[in-house]
Amino acid sequence: MSERLKTTTQELVIDGASCASCVNKIERALKELPNVDNAEMNFALRLVTVTGQTSSDHLINTIEAIGYQAKVVTDTSDGDLLDEKEIAEQKHYKKLIMQMSAGLGLGIPLMIYSLLGGPMTVDTTLERGIWLFVGLLCAAVMFFAGKHFYIGAYKSFINHSANMDTLIALGTGTAWLYSMIVVIFPLALPEMARHVYFEATAMIIGLINLGLALEVKARGRTSEAIKRLIGLQAKTARVVREHNGSKQEIDIAIEQVLLNDIVRIRPGEKIPVDGTVIEGHSSVDESMLTGEPMPVEKSIGDNIVAGTLNKSGSLLFNATRVGKDTALAQIINMVKRAQNSKPPIGRLADIISAYFVPAIMIIAIISALAWLNFGPNPAIAYAVISATTVLIIACPCALGLATPMSVMVGVGKAAEAGVLIRNGEAMQTASKITTMILDKTGTITEGMPKVTDIIIVNDAYSEDYILKLAASLEANSEHPLAQAIVDSAKAQDIELSAVTEFRTIAGLGVEAKYQQQSLAFGNQKLMLTNNVALNNFATQAQHLAEEAKTPMFFTIDNKLAAIIAVSDPIKEDSIAAINRLKGNGIRVVMLTGDNKATAKAVAKKVGISEYFAEVLPEHKSQKVAELQAQGEIVGMTGDGINDAPALALANVGFAIGTGTDVAIESADITLMRGSLHGLADAIAISKATLTNIKQNLFGAFIYNAAGVPFAAGVLYPFFGLLLSPVIAGAAMAFSSLTVVSNANRLRFFKPQEY
Amino acid sequence: MVIINIAGLGLILLVIWWFWLYKPEGVVVSSKDSITILVKDGVYQPANIKVAAGKSVEITIYRQDDSGCAANIIFPDFDINEELPLRQNKTITLPPIVSGEYSFHCPMMMYKGRLIVE
Repeated sequence: MSERLKTTTQELVIDGASCASCVNKIERALKELPNVDNAEMNFALRLVTVTGQTSSDHLINTIEAIGYQAKVVTDTSDGDLLDEKEIAEQKHYKKLIMQMSAGLGLGIPLMIYSLLGGPMTVDTTLERGIWLFVGLLCAAVMFFAGKHFYIGAYKSFINHSANMDTLIALGTGTAWLYSMIVVIFPLALPEMARHVYFEATAMIIGLINLGLALEVKARGRTSEAIKRLIGLQAKTARVVREHNGSKQEIDIAIEQVLLNDIVRIRPGEKIPVDGTVIEGHSSVDESMLTGEPMPVEKSIGDNIVAGTLNKSGSLLFNATRVGKDTALAQIINMVKRAQNSKPPIGRLADIISAYFVPAIMIIAIISALAWLNFGPNPAIAYAVISATTVLIIACPCALGLATPMSVMVGVGKAAEAGVLIRNGEAMQTASKITTMILDKTGTITEGMPKVTDIIIVNDAYSEDYILKLAASLEANSEHPLAQAIVDSAKAQDIELSAVTEFRTIAGLGVEAKYQQQSLAFGNQKLMLTNNVALNNFATQAQHLAEEAKTPMFFTIDNKLAAIIAVSDPIKEDSIAAINRLKGNGIRVVMLTGDNKATAKAVAKKVGISEYFAEVLPEHKSQKVAELQAQGEIVGMTGDGINDAPALALANVGFAIGTGTDVAIESADITLMRGSLHGLADAIAISKATLTNIKQNLFGAFIYNAAGVPFAAGVLYPFFGLLLSPVIAGAAMAFSSLTVVSNANRLRFFKPQEY
Repeated sequence: MVIINIAGLGLILLVIWWFWLYKPEGVVVSSKDSITILVKDGVYQPANIKVAAGKSVEITIYRQDDSGCAANIIFPDFDINEELPLRQNKTITLPPIVSGEYSFHCPMMMYKGRLIVE
């Protein structure tokens, strides 16, 4: 293949050009390249347009060599591609409908004539003349409406392969050729066999085109989910750029947004690229990506994601991920890939379809031979009909469509619910999970400990005062629970004070001095060490622990002042979601690094009977292996970062996200929203999809397994029944339609939430 | 009748040989490490590609067939699944591959091709 490049116009976005002189520098460098005709740069847009015969890589290298960054503006965004695809599909559909009309236009009148008992014979010269004319008309229909079948059949034939086209071409060709022989050389055939089948040829071509047209329509609907995701992408962005020495806000195409651009987003606008808020405050609707209906508050320092909707306020943000790197682009990419991947269950159909068409050809020949050898007169006519019908009724399409159609819909459906499935295999395995391991922190619970109870022992102190002292003390500590106390104080706008002589007593707590008072904060062991009398507050503390809370004791001058309980609250809907899992017959196991008492309490609260406490992070994968050794198909749900090895080892790893901040690459299935309902949804959708695939495969197999013998005429010896080739044509057209429609039924699947 | 039966049997053998037993030769790719495949009329042209082992290969695919099956190309062994826009070039870069025979096809296996790596 020659490497010559055509003269093209390419657009490159330049990064790092900060002054007008850069423009000259870049333009000159590009123009100096051989084969570059012109290079022009639009400074405001940071866009350089190059005409010439040079590859984009070469251009980028040149620009990088003089100290800037550049990237190609891809002129076809996903949205454009999709539009193009739709237009192409629409055109294809119209063409098929035209071809169908031609086929049926000739076929239906002929068929009505034959059904009304009109003679299809060639006894007189007039009849021969009329049928010759009809035969030629039929040939014209074959050419206009069925050309693609014959060309396809021929092309695959010379490539030693065979497909649906081969069967249709052979079937209709046989019927037409036989009829033409009847018309032109009637004497070559026994009198009883002189019967024409032009109506079959025309009808079959019409019906199969109809089937294909309906399939195009139904197929379009299966990609609704991806259309919706692509539709989330904004077309333009308003960026703040320096122009003629002053900062200006300009609207530019989304492809031209650069990393670290400052982007303005107004109320009601779609967020164009991923970024970090640097100014303003607003609530953002992320439901389109996470399935989480509540808008999320965003202010300085928060991350926002492309495709989500800014509701109330105006924001200024720094673009951190643009183009193909945004979370939305990655999601679209992943859904697309997954939609086109095939679960192992589909491989059987693939193997069969590889041998299918030649096998059907052989069956057709055998059937014809059987009729010729054992059939009643006119044997030759029966042989031709049965061979034609066998060829036409066999539908490799239904087999081939069975799996991909359902996967398309299922993966899309999951994406709508905020569940990203990596591929078909993950989906199939997820549908068979017998044991689900849930990590406690961040999966069942929020992952962010909060102060739940403050019990004041000495009424001389107010709650605010206690919290102020405790937080001032804990502000010095690095213990994870300490943060909860500090946060709690901050949330109530309590100002912290400085403490002196702070020290940590490992495993017990902390101590410090505040204005001559000595403060201590820690667990029950610390109280014992310090000989603090707990009286009946020990029982209260015990109660708190049983409620999955961690009680801590606060003393002032070695006297118990308060008990502060901290807990990592269980997510609101964890219990319901775990019940859904159990309702599906899945064994649910909890894993945590926490102490046994808390683990037990949490497990009890959410209704999990099996749990492993005090499991070190590195031992989590061991537990997965242990359960797998028991013959379980294990799903593991965790945050995708700390639990990565366990997720990888599990049969299916589920990474649970908080909002859109997810490591998409880390798991087989990614749950965009934090709720465990996403997990139950993922399994429910996987199951529904697999059931759908099985229905499709069963339908397609049964259809072929039953249709082909009927067509060959196995019923004839018993009932005198032989299928007409026209019925076979209709059946073939509608078999693939049935499969596509059944797959479309999945679109209405709703995971049950309770 | 005997003749007809023998002819039929011969036809069956012909089908078996032509579609199943015949193994076509691969098309040798030039040293440029790139090749163009045309997707048209129900087949990949060429459908049998031979490339050198251990080298990255660029395959440019041009789809001229508007049937839905042709809209994607899958190289299952390399986890590649690409959409083919109608009447546009699409370039797929295959990673360096160890010797062997690999298949590529459309999602429905209507289009089939072989990649022979030597």
